Amino acid sequence: MSDEALERLANRDYPFGFTTEIEQDIVEPGLSEDVIRLISSKKGEPAWMVDWRLEAYRRWQKMVEPHHWANVHYPPIDYQAIRYYAAPKQRKALESLDELDPELRRTYEKLGISLDEQKRLAGVAVDAVFDSVSVATTFKKELEKHGIIFCPFSEAVQRAPELVQRYLGSVVPQGDNFFAALNSAVFTDGSFVYVPPGVRCPMELSTYFRINASETGQFERTLIIADRGAYVSYLEGCTAPQRDENQLHAAVVELIALDDAEIKYSTVQNWYPGDAEGRGGIYNFVTKRGKCAGRRSKISWTQVETGSAITWKYPSCILQGDESVGEFYSVALVAKRQQADTGTKMIHIGKNTRSTIISKGISAGHGQNSYRGLVRIQKGADGARNYSQCDSLLIGSRCGAHTFPYLEVANPTAKVEHEATTSKIGEDQLFYCQQRGIAEEDAVNMIVNGFCKRVLRELPREFAVEAQKLLGVSLEGAVG
Amino acid sequence: MTRESASERPMLEIHDLHAAARPAAAEPADSSGRADIPILKGIDLVLRAGEVHAIMGPNGSGKSTLANVLAGKPGYEVTSGRVLFEGRDLLAMAPEERAREGIFLAFQYPVEIPGVSNMYFLKQAANAVRAHRGLEELDAMEFLQLAREKMKLVEIPEALMSRAINEGFSGGEKKRNEVLQMAVLDPKLAVLDETDSGLDIDALRIVANGVNSLRSPLRAMLVITHYQRLLEYIVPDRVHVLSDGRIVKSGGRELARELEAKGYAWTRAAGATERGRDGACP
Repeated sequence: MSDEALERLANRDYPFGFTTEIEQDIVEPGLSEDVIRLISSKKGEPAWMVDWRLEAYRRWQKMVEPHHWANVHYPPIDYQAIRYYAAPKQRKALESLDELDPELRRTYEKLGISLDEQKRLAGVAVDAVFDSVSVATTFKKELEKHGIIFCPFSEAVQRAPELVQRYLGSVVPQGDNFFAALNSAVFTDGSFVYVPPGVRCPMELSTYFRINASETGQFERTLIIADRGAYVSYLEGCTAPQRDENQLHAAVVELIALDDAEIKYSTVQNWYPGDAEGRGGIYNFVTKRGKCAGRRSKISWTQVETGSAITWKYPSCILQGDESVGEFYSVALVAKRQQADTGTKMIHIGKNTRSTIISKGISAGHGQNSYRGLVRIQKGADGARNYSQCDSLLIGSRCGAHTFPYLEVANPTAKVEHEATTSKIGEDQLFYCQQRGIAEEDAVNMIVNGFCKRVLRELPREFAVEAQKLLGVSLEGAVG
Repeated sequence: MTRESASERPMLEIHDLHAAARPAAAEPADSSGRADIPILKGIDLVLRAGEVHAIMGPNGSGKSTLANVLAGKPGYEVTSGRVLFEGRDLLAMAPEERAREGIFLAFQYPVEIPGVSNMYFLKQAANAVRAHRGLEELDAMEFLQLAREKMKLVEIPEALMSRAINEGFSGGEKKRNEVLQMAVLDPKLAVLDETDSGLDIDALRIVANGVNSLRSPLRAMLVITHYQRLLEYIVPDRVHVLSDGRIVKSGGRELARELEAKGYAWTRAAGATERGRDGACP
């Protein structure tokens, strides 16, 4: 197949690039203690929360934006030019979902997300976050019957302050890194989940993040706690309008699994990737980390990253509890001028802890894709085991794939395996498919989906289908 | 299935075909550099429905190039000549269009595609071809039934169908899988490129039986092979000897045995006298 055909496939249009016209409550661009106090007061936060934010802000001011180690390139960000709060105007708190602004309802419907509980896929509860606030959460009452809290973060600060105070920053401390510190200072909304002891959450929980306002950053904060023996599967999806400017999305996600608890966290990330010349697109600079605090606890990250101009994230697991398990399954696709530096960290502290890393990187167009992963086996982690597999697939001849595995083993009983491959979508593979009557683009989709199969099958079923389509969409026009 | 019976018009007509291999096709940056290497230097060949022709020749004579050019593989440039398939300009068609029109190439080295199940692939291919022919797509159950029936022809076990295409298949399994695909896709013209290479005698017999069961008055076959061994099993109507990009000798099935006895050097000498004549047409 020709390079032009691949190119075409890589550069197809972004279907979610529309903007919603809605009356906004916005804060002027710029960052200061006053802005932080303003955000906090808009959310009616207690004093401890605003103090925590200000403490983070002071730390952030002393930090330097990291520029040297990641394999991504972008011009300096002017943090005073970003708007830190934007929300659709609402007259009062919603009593029920029926009161939701029809314009917002239409927006989510256009994105394929129904906020109508009757129409929604059975077994999936949705929290819809629009710019800086959550606009709707479905199935809250149903979940409450099981003692499960699933609500916007702002609401959790009011409803479950003791849980928030106890766990916020316990996995990703305020000063963890530059973007986490910024997020801790200015975070707006995100989801909060608490599953009580012994409860298996009866439905998939999901949050759908939408950036709409211009010049606005999205700084969401998600906190998920699975108490002893609890189980929850959570999924997030994201889209943004097509704009020439770059917008910053700096989220923090913290997961805590106590004894015998399991959290499955899946991401289908489709932020606007920018155009073929690299104009516009989201900077997705995210800190995601889970702590397997309890014995035999398990945290599993699955991510399908197809959007954003730059993706910079390392969903990680701290395997503290003995026999705890961490998993990371990732598909990262870059096309056009996209850049991704993504991977994971598995920190083995407890005895007989196990981790699995399966990373599939796909590069097309002028995309640059880096896998960066750390496996650290600490001294006391007797019998720890890790298996890592990092595969890269190149489509065309102008893209790049890079692998940076880091390995630190301080315990001689550890067993660590690492496998890596790089392959090119072969002209031979494409021709083989075409010779059997399969069109070029269908052949590329088939080969790419085959390459990602091991990861896609980890996604909840409804989302696996969506992710498969998304991989096809992101590659349309890309192939060579 | 309704198809016109063998008409007056040949199924495949190759007229004075010249083709060159494009070096370093994988590196478009280097497009200015090296010159194409001429491989086919004037092929003439006519195939009618129901006929099986064999193309024999030493390594480097252009056998696989001929197969690849017919199927539309990238990396070759047709420098002159014409190829008509059922009277239409074959060279103007995209590879998938040729496949859907009924040209099937059984590959010498079938490729592996990790993560894509053999059965799924075959179903996609079958439905792409059916759609082109105006037939309804087969659903999973209907397809499974069709596939199972054809799997018997080449003794392919069910387990092989759920594995990734050709991944970890033995040489024999790969070739049997090619014949299975051919059986399911029901082509008008099947080109078998060294289907016997790498096969032991038992595997060869299974593959040949599969191919023979697909012989039909409506189908033409072009069997490319280095050795006449395969032609003991798949008995051709005509045999052509390719040497240095030209058909230098054509004859009946006995030509294959003669070649085996005398070696290719004999045809090169013979070719010198026949060259330029339209010896390939039956």
